[in-house]
Amino acid sequence: MAAESTAGAGTADGLSLPPRAVSGKRAALGDRVYTVLVLASVWLVLSLAAGLVVALIWESWEAIRSFGFHFLVTSQWDPVAGEFGALPFIYGTLVSSALALLIAVPLSLGAAIFLAELAPSWVRPPISFLIEMLAAVPSVVYGLWGIFVLVPWLRDWVQPILGRTLGFLPLFQGPPYGIGMLAAGMILSIMVVPYITSVSREILLAVPGAQREAALGLGATRWETTRMAVLRYGRSGLIGAILLGLGRALGETMAVTMVIGNRPEIAASLFAPGYTMASVLANEFTEATSDLYVSALVEIGLLLLVVTVVVNGLARLLVWTVGGPARGGRE
Amino acid sequence: MPKRSFLTVTLLAITLAWLPGPADAQLLMNGAGATFPYPIYSKWFEEYIKVDPEVRFNYQSIGSGGGIRQITERTVDFGATDGPMTDEQLKKAPGELFHIPTVLGAVVATYNLPGNPQLSFTGEVLADVFLGKITKWNDPRIKALNPSANLSDQPIVVVHRSDGSGTTYIWVDYLCKISPEWDQKVGRGTSVKWPVGLGGKGNEGVAGQVKNAPGSLGYVELAYAITNKLPAAKIRNQAGRFIEPTIESTTAAGAAKSMPADFRVSLTDSAGPDAYPVASFTWLLVYKDQPNETKGRSLVKFLWWAIHDGQKHPAALLYAPLPAPVVRDIEAKNKQITFSGKPLLAAQ
Repeated sequence: MAAESTAGAGTADGLSLPPRAVSGKRAALGDRVYTVLVLASVWLVLSLAAGLVVALIWESWEAIRSFGFHFLVTSQWDPVAGEFGALPFIYGTLVSSALALLIAVPLSLGAAIFLAELAPSWVRPPISFLIEMLAAVPSVVYGLWGIFVLVPWLRDWVQPILGRTLGFLPLFQGPPYGIGMLAAGMILSIMVVPYITSVSREILLAVPGAQREAALGLGATRWETTRMAVLRYGRSGLIGAILLGLGRALGETMAVTMVIGNRPEIAASLFAPGYTMASVLANEFTEATSDLYVSALVEIGLLLLVVTVVVNGLARLLVWTVGGPARGGRE
Repeated sequence: MPKRSFLTVTLLAITLAWLPGPADAQLLMNGAGATFPYPIYSKWFEEYIKVDPEVRFNYQSIGSGGGIRQITERTVDFGATDGPMTDEQLKKAPGELFHIPTVLGAVVATYNLPGNPQLSFTGEVLADVFLGKITKWNDPRIKALNPSANLSDQPIVVVHRSDGSGTTYIWVDYLCKISPEWDQKVGRGTSVKWPVGLGGKGNEGVAGQVKNAPGSLGYVELAYAITNKLPAAKIRNQAGRFIEPTIESTTAAGAAKSMPADFRVSLTDSAGPDAYPVASFTWLLVYKDQPNETKGRSLVKFLWWAIHDGQKHPAALLYAPLPAPVVRDIEAKNKQITFSGKPLLAAQ
């Protein structure tokens, strides 16, 4: 027992610690096993990720060779004629996710600020619990709710009103189907709210009390304190929270497929049906028969991975440039 | 040491669980493919245990495309598909593949109008609606077919399947035969480039959208339409009669076609006077020369059972049973299945 605890303490300082430093042969062996195991898990995870990329490129090679760069910039998706272009799907994925964040971020930050700064302590646990419960709802349930509740409501109320009042903007033109980009963005926003809210709340709670006291001591109002002392202090962590929500939105499949209308077209209007990369994979992969078709779908999968990595990379860059205190927030 | 003995017991239990017990003496037949016939196939596999308790079936309803790929790669003992394999696909298979029709299905046009009157359509009108050339319910061509229905100038919201599916294949195959324009602009496939409309995932997605949106028109499987009591349009067949989609009119579509030797036949726009025009077989895919004698023998026995005794089950599940002449043709085909050149089903 004693030897084991020494080994644990030794490795906590760093893996480079020579085994000789720890007393006893058994401890040295234990350390080696420990190092090998830990390294093995790292390599396993890394090689899984690399293997995934290699497999995706391998399987999509036929499409990459046939369409090249055109795949990224054309809008034709015609399985019968064997013409494939991914642009409407990339567009749909980015726009629906952006729309989701546009709705979800203010809501989530508002809820997080309330829970961390304003709410009486007895209200916090039940409200936090309820918001986190939203994350546990299966996405197909969100989709069904979308079809039967959200879509009719959008079609009969929201879209006609938006069309009458803001119809001069291209964003709100066209027939109100209910189903479409707007419905997809709204469903997604509900799905990412719990992630952004609970991570943001944790980050706000981690801001030292001295920050608030200092701001209040200088005569700041409650809002000024939150804005200047709390939000600014935690901003890199808050961006991390939003990123987590974005990742969820980019990859969401089932609920979006059920309400977006699944039409591979780029339309200016949010009322128009659209399509996302994850949706077209879910829809068409099982019945894709020709090799080129399957290969084009796999390339969409590869692109989804690339888009996710690029978007995350850009956001990470944003976190770095925003800077802020050393505390990097939760990732 | 209690710790060690616990470990020993656990390991022992795991080992025992992995060892083949007496229950595993049965033969396991693996199949994969179409989702549309999955309910009837699982009913068959369950019933067949009473006929031959030695055989168990494991069927993965992963879609026709997956079924074709898996049988081509010989990772399953049989495949299943809703659309016949193309010549090109057949060439890729390592051996000769047989298409064995098992049951028939039909696709119906369903809609949402005030009071849901019984509507009638021709293929030409349906094709033009799906091409986006007819956009209002009170279009003169729809009114001419339905003089008694009260049709307003409501826009038609076309709803189609967004997921690749045999249902879509049957629907567009029919439109291809009726409308040269559809054939040229869109073509046939399990997924196509739809000129207009919204995509719903699965029968339930299309039906949900149609039920919700006034003025919509979509297509779903017959079985789904019957169980969910959706309005279903009559469609004019080749003989000029407006036929209601039913089990009987679907079987009639199968009986009306002269059968090619390989059963790769489209039943849409069938010539029979009572035939509903949007119907199709669904097929099992099996190798002519079976790689394994025991499995091959079990497979042909099962197929024989499925096209005879098995045919009393489809109707309850709202599939159409095979017409009698087709059963005779399949019997002959079944006898051609061999193991290293020897027929497996000689003694029937």
